[in-house]
Amino acid sequence: MSKKEVDDVSGTETTGHEWDGIKELNTPLPRWWLGILYASIVWAISYWIVYPAWPTLSGYTPGLLNHSQRDEVMSDVAALKSARAGQEQELANSSLTEIQRNPDMLQFAMAAGRAAFGDNCVPCHGAGGQGARGYPNLNDDVWLWGGKLADIQHTITVGVRSAHPGTRQSQMPAFGRDGILKPEQVDDLSEYALKLSGRGADARAVRRAGSLFTENCAACHGADGKGNRSLGAPNLTDNEALYGKTREDIRDQIWNGHGGVMPTWNGRLSAQEIKALAVYVHNLGGGE
Amino acid sequence: MQADVQQAPWRFDHFFIPVVLFLGFAAALTEAARSPDAPMVAQGWIFAACMAFTGIWYMWMYAGRTPADETRTYADGVVKAGVIAAMFWGIAGMLVGVIIALQLSFPSLFYLPSEAWTNFGRLRPLHTSAVIFAFGGNVLIATSFYVVQRTCRAHLFGGSLSWFVFWGYNTFIVLAGTGYLLGISEGREYAEPEWYADIWLTIVWVCYLVTFLGTLIKRKEPHIYVANWFYLAFIATIAVLHIVNNLSMPVSLLQTQSYSLFSGVQDALTQWWYGHNAVGFFLTAGFLGIMYYFIPKRAERPVYSYRLSIIHFWSLIFIYIWAGPHHLLYTALPEWAQTLGMTFSIILWMPSWGGMINGLMTLSGAWDKLRTDPVLRMLVVSVAFYGMSTFEGPVMSVKAVNALSHYTNWTVGHVHSGALGWVGYVSFGAIYCLVPWLWKKRLYSNALVEWHFWISTLGIVLYITSMWVAGIMQGLMWRAYNDFGFLEYAFVEVVEAMHPYYIIRAVGGLMYLGGALIMVFNLWKTVRNGVPVAPAASVTPALTAEAA
Repeated sequence: MSKKEVDDVSGTETTGHEWDGIKELNTPLPRWWLGILYASIVWAISYWIVYPAWPTLSGYTPGLLNHSQRDEVMSDVAALKSARAGQEQELANSSLTEIQRNPDMLQFAMAAGRAAFGDNCVPCHGAGGQGARGYPNLNDDVWLWGGKLADIQHTITVGVRSAHPGTRQSQMPAFGRDGILKPEQVDDLSEYALKLSGRGADARAVRRAGSLFTENCAACHGADGKGNRSLGAPNLTDNEALYGKTREDIRDQIWNGHGGVMPTWNGRLSAQEIKALAVYVHNLGGGE
Repeated sequence: MQADVQQAPWRFDHFFIPVVLFLGFAAALTEAARSPDAPMVAQGWIFAACMAFTGIWYMWMYAGRTPADETRTYADGVVKAGVIAAMFWGIAGMLVGVIIALQLSFPSLFYLPSEAWTNFGRLRPLHTSAVIFAFGGNVLIATSFYVVQRTCRAHLFGGSLSWFVFWGYNTFIVLAGTGYLLGISEGREYAEPEWYADIWLTIVWVCYLVTFLGTLIKRKEPHIYVANWFYLAFIATIAVLHIVNNLSMPVSLLQTQSYSLFSGVQDALTQWWYGHNAVGFFLTAGFLGIMYYFIPKRAERPVYSYRLSIIHFWSLIFIYIWAGPHHLLYTALPEWAQTLGMTFSIILWMPSWGGMINGLMTLSGAWDKLRTDPVLRMLVVSVAFYGMSTFEGPVMSVKAVNALSHYTNWTVGHVHSGALGWVGYVSFGAIYCLVPWLWKKRLYSNALVEWHFWISTLGIVLYITSMWVAGIMQGLMWRAYNDFGFLEYAFVEVVEAMHPYYIIRAVGGLMYLGGALIMVFNLWKTVRNGVPVAPAASVTPALTAEAA
């Protein structure tokens, strides 16, 4: 059983061992294999000489380069900051309209705004600022709190229904849910809102709702339904709606009075980042 | 009957196993009755059910029966059970993999906030544990028990202890898997099960070690075959890794949560010392054991180089254990530890390839068999994938490459070229060999093996190429700066860019699962309707032939 024999195919001797019919050839180590193994060991030792590598009793071997990842990242960050510093300072010192009028500054503000928008605003307002149900579209000319540069800057700074003491604040009552109006009155008001937005509605319901609108809605939305930006009350005549345009959506909004929250970015973003964001959002398409 | 029982010598396993099962049952009932946590109560009932089932099964198998004559037979029942369990868990684990791949592709489609257990965060560890530990573990238990008996010409040591290892290990799997769905996790990747499951696995694993070592000790061959070195390295090292990484203090003996003994960067390093060596010793050393038996056996050729097997075994064992820190490059881990992790990963390249060379070159003189034998082809392709991913691994451990690849889908692709290509294929190849050998039937259909091979190979190619492209794109997008010094892409834009590749990956995974389902059908038909064959002498030599 422990008999060395020569394999016919390779001409190599076996080790003479056999397990369950399996034998082993006594082939020497492939030279290229051994060569690369040694080379990798030599490379590793060289690396240890140059870079921090082995722990010692009180520290570690720093290597010839005395390299530090921490220093490297610190200097990278510092270089990036100093590269942007000049233009960031300019941004901080200029008014929003000055930024808007100066092409170089505008270009920088747009780049800074785009980066800040991607990191902070996209989850709600979408990658292109297109918004979603309950999250305003920033590309169009429909603005709840104003679309001028200063309005946008202020909204970003204080937020909407946020924790900021000066937050933009408005609350539409839940007319149905809280029992302020009867269900059939909410139905009539839905028709009235449809009519305001220029769509077909039940004429008798619209007539019935006239006085209801004056008593309950006109204070914020105005007698003509054109809204009031100082209260954040949307224009009802433009056929745009944050919570959906269908009859059911409108009824649901009158019933529940949805209102979302936008956080305050004051303190989380620097003043010039907020400036850049205001310029960026203003230039998305709907700025006034 | 009475006479038989009296004649049977007192056996340790017939005492030890019922005691362990009873204690386990009592502990589980205590948890179920007294724990204030609903998930712990559920785990208690599940564990109690597993203990009761195993106990009843054990009595049915052993009570009052004459023990089998261990000098004349091999213990093949437990190997059969391991093969069946492996296929069951394999399909389950791959299915969960496809589900979570679809969750990533279409996040809103599979988002059910009211059904917490369907969340990606719970299904992901279910997938990884099911394929690595449930599928891979059962393959390793089954093949190691098969191989160690043949190459030692000895029945498994410990009588029924091997059955305890099988049922105990699968109890751990059930406990771990249901735990994830209930939201129980240590949050340590590939070591998610909580303290009580860890303790149970430790008991089972020590029994596994005893069974394997005992069989080696009572072998009738003068030397220990190379496959058994790898199996032993796998069993022994996993025991050490498992115990050290799971050192923790339970909040209370009646609650699921525990706190690790380590904290901060030491914790991270311990975790990745464990994590990487789970790859090195579970998914590499163990499966190299499979390769060293099944490839020469199937090709009917001698192992290419005994010397290479010695050198690459010891270098693999010594060097793998250092490589863990490469998972923590550019983190709070001290730079010197990162250097060691990276440089030892580079040195590891050739020791890994030693196994590939020995696997592939064993085919010399038998290459023509690849044309006609799809099972052998599967085994050989697995070795090719092993070679590819053990080259890719050292490359990715280089700091400059890792700076790009870390946290991207490239890592996911790398893991799956090893998992699907190497671990999956070498396991499938071994099982395609084992089922006809164990059940003594001819394999139902070679054509179906061809279908399995080609569908799943295409699936692997789709999987890893899509993840390469996705990962490199992801890494480049994350680091892209524009001329003004601002990041070019928002995080969510990078997520959006992944969408088509995630779909391709899901298709690849689905094809791999499809291939495995074909395999299950083929094996089922083999066992049920296969043509019986007398085993060739070389396949299962009668233990009696040279037994005294």
